[in-house]
Amino acid sequence: MAVKILAENIWKTFQTAGGPIDAIKNFNLSVEEGKFVSIVGPSGCGKSTFLRILAGLVPATSGNLKIFPGKDLTKPLNSVVFQEYAIFPWRTVLDNVSFGPEMRGVGKKERRELALHWIDAVGLNKFIDCYPHQLSGGMKQRVSIARALANDPEVLLMDEPLGALDAQTRNVLQEELLKLWEATHKTVIYITHSIEEAVLLSDEVVLMTSHPGTNKINFDINIPRPRDLKITGTPEFARLTLVIWEVLRDEVIAAMEDQR
Amino acid sequence: MNKSNPKQYLITLASAFLIFNLVFLGFRLWYSLFLLGLLIDFIFIVMLAEEGSKFIAARHATKFERSLAIGFPILVLVGWELTVRAGILNPLWFPPPSKIAVALWQLIISYNQFTKTSLMGRPWLIPSMFEKQGWAGIATLAQESDLFGTLFRVVAGFILGFIPGIILGVVMGVSRSVRIMLNSILSAVYVLPKIMIFPIMMLMFADPFGEGPKIAVVAISAFFLVAINTMAGVAGVDNVYLEAGRNYGANRWQMFRHVIIPGALPVIFAGLRLALGTALIVVVSIEFIRAKTGVGYLTFYYWEIMDTPKMYAGLVLVMLIGVLLNEVLQWIETVTMPWQKGRSANS
Ligand SMILES: Nc1ncnc2c1ncn2[C@@H]1O[C@H](COP(=O)(O)OP(=O)(O)OP(=O)(O)O)[C@@H](O)[C@H]1O
Ligand SMILES: [Mg+2]
Repeated sequence: MAVKILAENIWKTFQTAGGPIDAIKNFNLSVEEGKFVSIVGPSGCGKSTFLRILAGLVPATSGNLKIFPGKDLTKPLNSVVFQEYAIFPWRTVLDNVSFGPEMRGVGKKERRELALHWIDAVGLNKFIDCYPHQLSGGMKQRVSIARALANDPEVLLMDEPLGALDAQTRNVLQEELLKLWEATHKTVIYITHSIEEAVLLSDEVVLMTSHPGTNKINFDINIPRPRDLKITGTPEFARLTLVIWEVLRDEVIAAMEDQR
Repeated sequence: MNKSNPKQYLITLASAFLIFNLVFLGFRLWYSLFLLGLLIDFIFIVMLAEEGSKFIAARHATKFERSLAIGFPILVLVGWELTVRAGILNPLWFPPPSKIAVALWQLIISYNQFTKTSLMGRPWLIPSMFEKQGWAGIATLAQESDLFGTLFRVVAGFILGFIPGIILGVVMGVSRSVRIMLNSILSAVYVLPKIMIFPIMMLMFADPFGEGPKIAVVAISAFFLVAINTMAGVAGVDNVYLEAGRNYGANRWQMFRHVIIPGALPVIFAGLRLALGTALIVVVSIEFIRAKTGVGYLTFYYWEIMDTPKMYAGLVLVMLIGVLLNEVLQWIETVTMPWQKGRSANS
């Protein structure tokens, strides 16, 4: 498979009033086309920063970075599902989801159909004309996911998309994401705090060290697809999550010491 | 007082209220201790309303609140009327509401020979004036109207001021260097009472006593307020929306049209509301100083001839103008920002 995303020796230093802060230190990542890769690491280790660099929203201080375009050059390279949702309060659900196509000049009727399709996929049909302030946190996050999918990017960059949800909604949406991925086979970078979620969804889990973040270890997840929530009961799943947790625990403790 | 039995407590409270007022009346204390009596009565009424609300079923709560909102002002008006009639308040300073209403009505239907103005511009003359002089006749009537004069100055000045204000504010919000260059100038002008530029405007205009300088002062006051608020609104759009806009492929113009402007609109409208209030203050002040028509002029004129009911009528009129213009702005706001509906109670 062709390499889709390549990041080499990424450094990011923020200039702040209290002096420079290293957010990311020498981080490397290579993702093959059509893979679902999760990044897990302690809070503040630079996951969101890396995602923003990948998305081209923030420049890296140094390092090489490339997302390789596909055959269809009109397709957007990447779309971000932001940790803060970032859906526009001044647009209805429908207009939020069709935002990307609208900006690219897709006709009104066509983009409406597109948006309705993805709104249906995340189960918000009843709310197409609602404004974000009328929605719960989970519903907002679903709008954010639908907006990214409706944009049909080469690469999907998701920053803790289910982080703010209750356990039940989370489970439902995890299965939903599995289905969506089966249907699209997109290349996905997925940031999460939950090891279980990472193992359930991913082909590979990339572990970051505590702040300033760099590579710790990568784990291949060879659980066969298509998957559903039932695999969380298998011994292989339990083994993988435990192994990952053993490594992550030290980093989390280090991060907490660091922030004290 | 037995608080555990709310019904009994309410009755006790009501009787205390009654007895207090009877004592105050009986001993003619209202004449000497007017403010104290007012304060105690007010406290009684608040307590009665609070206690009374406990007996209102939840489904009638809004109805109860609405009747409080309407009932209390009526009570104040009635109390005012009665105290003046009883000779407690000086009617020269506080003419009773009934007299103010009559004065207002007289202003509406009459033409003042001395000032050569009328409040409404004598609308009943419109057909005959139109027949005789066409549109010019209607313009003559509008020119003698105090209400039209004030409204025209406020609205024209406001519109001429806020449009360039929004444009400059957006430029300042977007461009850091423009913001840095202009910020101190704007802050300095911001604190200046805008009426102070009126003499300068009179110097600059060919007709210092015409409408030009008046409207210019209103426009300039509105301009600065709107520019500063627009700048704050634009600069304050949450970075994550800018990132989302860019990430989803918005070009410069689209960012502007679909992200920055809607994101800044709530603050822009706050500025507009502020500017409208200031415009009204400025217009009335100018009409006090130098004008031949206008509600401010009318109020000042009736002070000079000591006709207090008509002075108060002027106050009522300015209030009505303020409320009316605010309502219009509010309506424009809900139309432009439908997503704000039912979001916050303060807007
Ligand atoms: N704009 C900024 N200016 C200065 N420092 C920043 C900025 N953005 C992030 N940082 C710092 O960079 C580090 C990494 O932040 P980042 O948001 O990427 O962490 P994260 O891994 O996403 O954390 P979380 O899991 O809590 O979302 C933090 O120490 C943060 O304080
Ligand atoms: Mg983050």
